[in-house]
Amino acid sequence: MRGVAGCGEGDLEGNFGEAEPGFSPDEAVEEAGRCLACKKPGCVEGCPVSIDIPAFIRAVAGGDFRSAARILKAENMLPAVCGRVCPQEIQCEGVCVLGVKDRPLAIGKIERFVADWERENGVELPPVALPSGKRVAVVGSGPSGLTAAAELARSGHAVTLYESLHEAGGVLTYGIPPFRLPRDVVQAEIGAVLSLGVDLRLNHLVGKSVPIRDLLSYDAVYVATGAGLPFFMGIPGEHLNGVYSANEFLTRVNLMHADRFPEYDTPVRHGCHVAVVGGGNVAMDAARVARRLGARATLIYRRREEEMPARRAEILHAKEEGVEFLTCANPARVLGKDRVEGVECVRMQICGEEQDGRTWFEPVEGSGFVVDADVFIVAIGTSPNPLLPRCLEGLECGRLGNVVVDGEGRTSLPHVFAGGDVATGAATVILSMGAAKTAVKAMNRMLRGEG
Amino acid sequence: MEEVLSLSERVFQLWIHAPHVARNAEAGQFLVLRIDEQGERIPLTISAVKGDLVRVIFMTVGKTTGRLSMIPEGGEIRDIVGPLGRPTALQTYGTCAVIGGGVGIAGAPFIARALRGKGNRVIGILGARSAPFLILEDEMRGACDETFVATDDGTKGQKGFAADLLRAVVAREHLDAAWIIGPAIMMKVTSEVTRPLGIRTFVSLNPIMVDGTGMCGSCRVNVGGKTRFACVDGPEFDAHQVDFDGLLTRLRMYVDEEKEAMEHLHHGQCGAGR
Ligand SMILES: Cc1cc2nc3c(=O)[nH]c(=O)nc-3n(C[C@H](O)[C@H](O)[C@H](O)COP(=O)(O)OP(=O)(O)OC[C@H]3O[C@@H](n4cnc5c(N)ncnc54)[C@H](O)[C@@H]3O)c2cc1C
Ligand SMILES: Cc1cc2nc3c(=O)[nH]c(=O)nc-3n(C[C@H](O)[C@H](O)[C@H](O)COP(=O)(O)OP(=O)(O)OC[C@H]3O[C@@H](n4cnc5c(N)ncnc54)[C@H](O)[C@@H]3O)c2cc1C
Ligand code: FES
Repeated sequence: MRGVAGCGEGDLEGNFGEAEPGFSPDEAVEEAGRCLACKKPGCVEGCPVSIDIPAFIRAVAGGDFRSAARILKAENMLPAVCGRVCPQEIQCEGVCVLGVKDRPLAIGKIERFVADWERENGVELPPVALPSGKRVAVVGSGPSGLTAAAELARSGHAVTLYESLHEAGGVLTYGIPPFRLPRDVVQAEIGAVLSLGVDLRLNHLVGKSVPIRDLLSYDAVYVATGAGLPFFMGIPGEHLNGVYSANEFLTRVNLMHADRFPEYDTPVRHGCHVAVVGGGNVAMDAARVARRLGARATLIYRRREEEMPARRAEILHAKEEGVEFLTCANPARVLGKDRVEGVECVRMQICGEEQDGRTWFEPVEGSGFVVDADVFIVAIGTSPNPLLPRCLEGLECGRLGNVVVDGEGRTSLPHVFAGGDVATGAATVILSMGAAKTAVKAMNRMLRGEG
Repeated sequence: MEEVLSLSERVFQLWIHAPHVARNAEAGQFLVLRIDEQGERIPLTISAVKGDLVRVIFMTVGKTTGRLSMIPEGGEIRDIVGPLGRPTALQTYGTCAVIGGGVGIAGAPFIARALRGKGNRVIGILGARSAPFLILEDEMRGACDETFVATDDGTKGQKGFAADLLRAVVAREHLDAAWIIGPAIMMKVTSEVTRPLGIRTFVSLNPIMVDGTGMCGSCRVNVGGKTRFACVDGPEFDAHQVDFDGLLTRLRMYVDEEKEAMEHLHHGQCGAGR
């Protein structure tokens, strides 16, 4: 029942190509033409990295894609990534005035178009300042580390970017699947960052391969190690074969290419019926990958669909692709002797409201039922990996293991800054990039001796 | 890759040039390597260091170890990350036993030397299936104050298991601490010898890993009723708290796929391999 060839469920099997098509030049120009060019553009405030949105939209409307790319790149070194994965509906597009009567301007898709156009027509690099003579270390090559490295390099510092995995990109590489974010897109944007003069050291786990005294010998350090430590549910049967954290399942497929086993050496259990617990982007990705490995996929979420934290678009895509939703249910035990044979769940019911206004759900006694499954994926969240913070003596950390920072990314240690998921807990690509930009401004002031 | 040596029919030793690993490695730690773009990430114990070189010793049990054994001298391994895991808890305990079974002996001399460096008296115990499979005997004799050998078939040293030798040692004298490194089943059985005596015992666990840095949970083991990640919380744990049956089950996760990978390897080589 293992089925490396999958169980032939549906026509998605093996299809890891990009799921959502982009704009053609004509479509982009036409869509950009809808912009009302508001006097006080809410979209810019809605953008965590403050891209001059009206200006780049105006350039696209006028057919000047090169200028549009330049404007984007001034604030965001990863536009092709952000255009694809940002939750625009709660950011720039969420405040777009067009959205009041009609649909908001498709800012994300226009951004993606411009970035893709530039990649095909030659990438222009932003200017780099004269060498400052300062050495800076950035730990972690996810979106936060990449952004910090790019901004620091542009400021003229000698930047070393450490990454423990064998590829750069963090979650962009091992987590978000290629049908949402194609690998060549990520690679090209990483390539642009590196060509600013950033020295990338792969396979370097800071705290182990790079001793702390070496790390602290840099003039400044930016820690962007993300929130990669997966939570398990703590229910019986979680040790069974066929139970994966979403991180492991996605890493096996996205980073190690287990979908192409045995051409690639790393295996993954495809399963005939995959149950995923969780309601965020990560859970949607895991379920959609499972569908592409040829399995039936059921998503189990303890609240209602409207409470799911995933991007709206991801929920819709998952449904279109045949992922079944089982809401108001929670796994209580994984069944099986050695391998997963099913997941016992309980129904959840609304029991009033929490103080923060969120609806409170509780298990219904005696409501147990079994979901048939041979693979069970746990996607209920992650926390910061404690490995590096534990090694940094005197570094203040919060209750959930997050590194405590001030509004400009300063930690409790001098010269050490931090940002992205390691400081906030699991958040978004763009927030992690915004944190990097803020921190780099403060790092630059410190490196110039301005305190 | 500086040197390739075959220690026995199925056990190989490699010295690999990896300064970032070698310069920071301590006893009890491991590394993760990936041979090439198609390769799997596999963990191997760091069994010695010399300048910028690290030594690994492995048994060819599947595709990756099989391919590793065929890399020629001067050849390349694409990725090596390490040192990983917590080092052996070095202290002055008094009298310690370091017990290696099969290819697990790979990690034993490094630990024995480190313990001796802390002023401990160290007794070495080596167990192997048969004389040709016994590795690092001389090195272990050099690292320990006293060394005993057993083989399952009696072709070298005493006939029997490492656990039998350990039983004889604890009958003879007081032990303050013990390290057991070997196949999961051997660690399970051998740690039962020290349990009733309350001897502090460490085992070096070898679950299936992916990243080796604490971000996937593939390596989770149940220790004292808690889920621990062997790659960052271990690999050494209190032997008497480990759920070995759970570990043994998880090690069998991919038996079917492993067979398939081997078939793929042999097809690919048109009979050139072993
Ligand atoms: C499956 C999935 C889907 C997601 N989908 C979306 C989405 O659609 N939209 C969105 O906005 N956000 C999404 N997110 C969240 C988003 O990816 C993260 O918020 C973002 O990647 C955080 O960036 P970061 O740079 O802080 O950390 P990460 O991307 O986690 O990068 C951290 C990097 O640091 C490395 N590292 C860790 N420790 C060390 C060390 N000691 N030494 C060296 N290197 C180290 C890690 O290997 C990793 O590469 C998703 C997350 C996941 C897991
Ligand atoms: C911390 C640690 C240290 C280790 N040190 C050594 C060592 O010094 N010498 C040595 O010979 N072996 C060591 N191992 C075991 C070694 O990693 C496996 O033998 C190797 O991964 C097998 O890969 P393969 O492709 O050749 O075989 P496969 O055909 O893939 O598997 C053969 C067996 O190896 C185990 N295995 C498979 N994949 C992995 C994996 N990714 N991680 C761990 N185990 C796996 C499985 O139980 C399987 O039954 C160690 C394992 C761990 C976790
Ligand atoms: S190997 Fe991934 S967490 Fe240990």
